[in-house]
Amino acid sequence: MINLQPYGNPMYFVYLLVGLLPLMIGLYFGKRFVVYQTIISAIFLLLIFGGSKWQQGLALIGYIVYQFIVVGGYAVYKRRANQTWVFVCTVILSIIPLVIVKITPAIQVGRQSLIGFLGISYLTFKSVQMVMEMRDGTIKKFDPIMFARFLLFFPTISSGPIDRYRRFQHDYIQIPDRKHYLQMLDKAVHYIFLGFLYKFILSYLFGTMMLPKIAHIAIMHREAFFHTGISLALVGYMYTYSMYLFFDFAGYSLFAVAASYLMGIETPMNFNQPFKAHNIKDFWNRWHMTLSFWFRDFIFMRLTFFIMKHRLIKNRKRIPQVAYLANFLIMGFWHGVTWYYIVYGLFHAGAIIINDYWLGFKKKHRQLPHNRLTEGIAIFITFNVVCFSFLIFSGFLNTLWFSAR
Amino acid sequence: MGTKQTVVDILKDLTGSDVSGNLDENLFDSGMIDSMATVELLLELQERFGIDVPVSEFDRSEWDTPNKIIAKVESMK
Repeated sequence: MINLQPYGNPMYFVYLLVGLLPLMIGLYFGKRFVVYQTIISAIFLLLIFGGSKWQQGLALIGYIVYQFIVVGGYAVYKRRANQTWVFVCTVILSIIPLVIVKITPAIQVGRQSLIGFLGISYLTFKSVQMVMEMRDGTIKKFDPIMFARFLLFFPTISSGPIDRYRRFQHDYIQIPDRKHYLQMLDKAVHYIFLGFLYKFILSYLFGTMMLPKIAHIAIMHREAFFHTGISLALVGYMYTYSMYLFFDFAGYSLFAVAASYLMGIETPMNFNQPFKAHNIKDFWNRWHMTLSFWFRDFIFMRLTFFIMKHRLIKNRKRIPQVAYLANFLIMGFWHGVTWYYIVYGLFHAGAIIINDYWLGFKKKHRQLPHNRLTEGIAIFITFNVVCFSFLIFSGFLNTLWFSAR
Repeated sequence: MGTKQTVVDILKDLTGSDVSGNLDENLFDSGMIDSMATVELLLELQERFGIDVPVSEFDRSEWDTPNKIIAKVESMK
């Protein structure tokens, strides 16, 4: 059987368009063909997880059954009681599969866990979100079929963007009126072509053509600058990798959003011109937004809420600092259990804490100049701090410093 | 004290500026409120009005101006 990775090549878009066309005609006439959508979704999922990837397919099925028991079980429990320890245990149970998948390669070098599959972290974000919102009472009813549709929504299953259940459910039930749907189609076409430019041209240029060459030169200079390997080529690697990372992921995200739009679901955007950010805080409002907002809403805000409510930390300034540290450390571990992902998380926590001090200082000294030049400087500094963090993230320093010579 | 005055007072404590002159200003876009200040706002509302606003209830677009906050509080009291 064939295997087809999402948005991997231009042909995929032909299949996508053909497959979705009946659904699109239905939406144009104000109807969602639920049965057809279910069948076509199953086919596209089979293309991702079938063929040579059948083991992942089995892992996915096992995972879905597991989350149904955990999340559904919590929904049943929540009707009768609302104890904190049950909530905490449910969240832990919901995260366990992902934790196992993330830790396995760190313990047994290079080995992938059998229960892993493409997109497990994104499904975990969705499941944990359900548990937390049920705890808060914002999701009152557990609708197993809608939950399955939400988890298995194929345009975003492999790498997001991470949608929210209530938003998704609303879009699924409430079909956009014709004018609005046509606007969505218009945007979808635009996003697909922008995605082509990002993913198949720019990401290819930076990632496939330039990056290996620059990496090679940088490795040849690994003894430079007192054996640190700091060379012009390394600086070049940093910028090239940053461009590659952005265009690759932003391109993919545009495809995923476009495919969702075709299906009448307004999956949120993932990027908003991140390199124009004025500071690190601003950057996280523009970069991988659905992830950073998920972390903001389900980790940062909850943690600060908990700390303040129980007065665990007296000093008001310390609270967000502790929360940032926890937030970004968890994000680092989520990327993978390696020193460079964790350092990447710590680096961003440090950057955003320093940024907060600066914003506080600016608030106190309102006479500080603010003009286009200072804005330009702010963007320049932010861009370079971010690119440096991506150099850490890339793992190239690990290759440069520690891999066998 | 009315809801409006209380909300204005809370926001003054949080942001250090008086918002009563511009009740439709977007508090997030202008950078007056961040996630941390949001949590403080929710806790203050809980304390002063006795309304329970869980974090997941907090959709930024529904709370982004003083007027919207006042309306939300009125609807939840």
